[in-house]
Amino acid sequence: MALDQSFVGRTYPPTDPYEVGREKIREFAEAVGDANPAYTDPEAAKALGHPDVIAPPTFVFSITFKAAGQVVQDPQLGLDYTRVVHGDQKFVYVRPVRAGDRLTVTSTIEAVKSMAGNDILDIRGEVHDEAGEHVVTAWTKLVARAAEEN
Amino acid sequence: MTAKIAYDDVEVGTELPAQTFPVTRAALVQYAGASGDFNPIHWNEKFAKGVGLPDVIAHGMFTMAEVIRVVTDWTGDPGAVAEYGVRFTKPVVVPNDDQGATVEVSAKVAAKLDDNTVRVDLVAMSAGQKVLGMSRAVVRLA
Repeated sequence: MALDQSFVGRTYPPTDPYEVGREKIREFAEAVGDANPAYTDPEAAKALGHPDVIAPPTFVFSITFKAAGQVVQDPQLGLDYTRVVHGDQKFVYVRPVRAGDRLTVTSTIEAVKSMAGNDILDIRGEVHDEAGEHVVTAWTKLVARAAEEN
Repeated sequence: MTAKIAYDDVEVGTELPAQTFPVTRAALVQYAGASGDFNPIHWNEKFAKGVGLPDVIAHGMFTMAEVIRVVTDWTGDPGAVAEYGVRFTKPVVVPNDDQGATVEVSAKVAAKLDDNTVRVDLVAMSAGQKVLGMSRAVVRLA
């Protein structure tokens, strides 16, 4: 079923703050096998000009994707999440995410398309810190594959 | 931000050191825990095959995290990455054996931009197939 075009441009309320912890960054860096000391050693991060350990570039996806859940699970939109695959992902950074950040995400539906029976949804997540400064924007394209004919 | 590579020392076509990254079932379970993405297609073979996949596949975001290391290991400072985007074109299929899969990543400078930034184009291959399309990063150099 084609998604409702009127959802284009809809913005959802900002999420509650997510507090970025040093040990969560360490856990993530270990999980992706990345031993860069900027992720685990505050002194190494400071030597690079960062006030505390920074997160790997893709770390913030866990936060923005959770926020996108508001969109994906919006019953009025009617996306069949069991058929969703991740199409594209892009990040544009103002600065790296770092330990101590309290981040909120504001999700906006940028595009709703239907192609060959597939529903395509583009979601933009704007990430801000506690001071209201912009940290990073994440664009996520989700594709709900057409249901098979019975 | 203090990248260890100088803007003046690179040209369009400069190759970054290529790397090959392992992807094992154990790594996918660890990534599921760290990222909170517990979709069973990334750890449950029966489920993955039931939805038409050849086997368990890696999280696209796990592959994306491995691939950018070619850039962050080159610059030294991961905070120098200004933009990073990919298209997930083929899954990385991870068999349940001792080896798992590998992702081979090559990269080169595709354009020199303003403010000491360069665009790096990345190619990621697994089992002889390109697994990412439009894989690009913009990175700030010294």
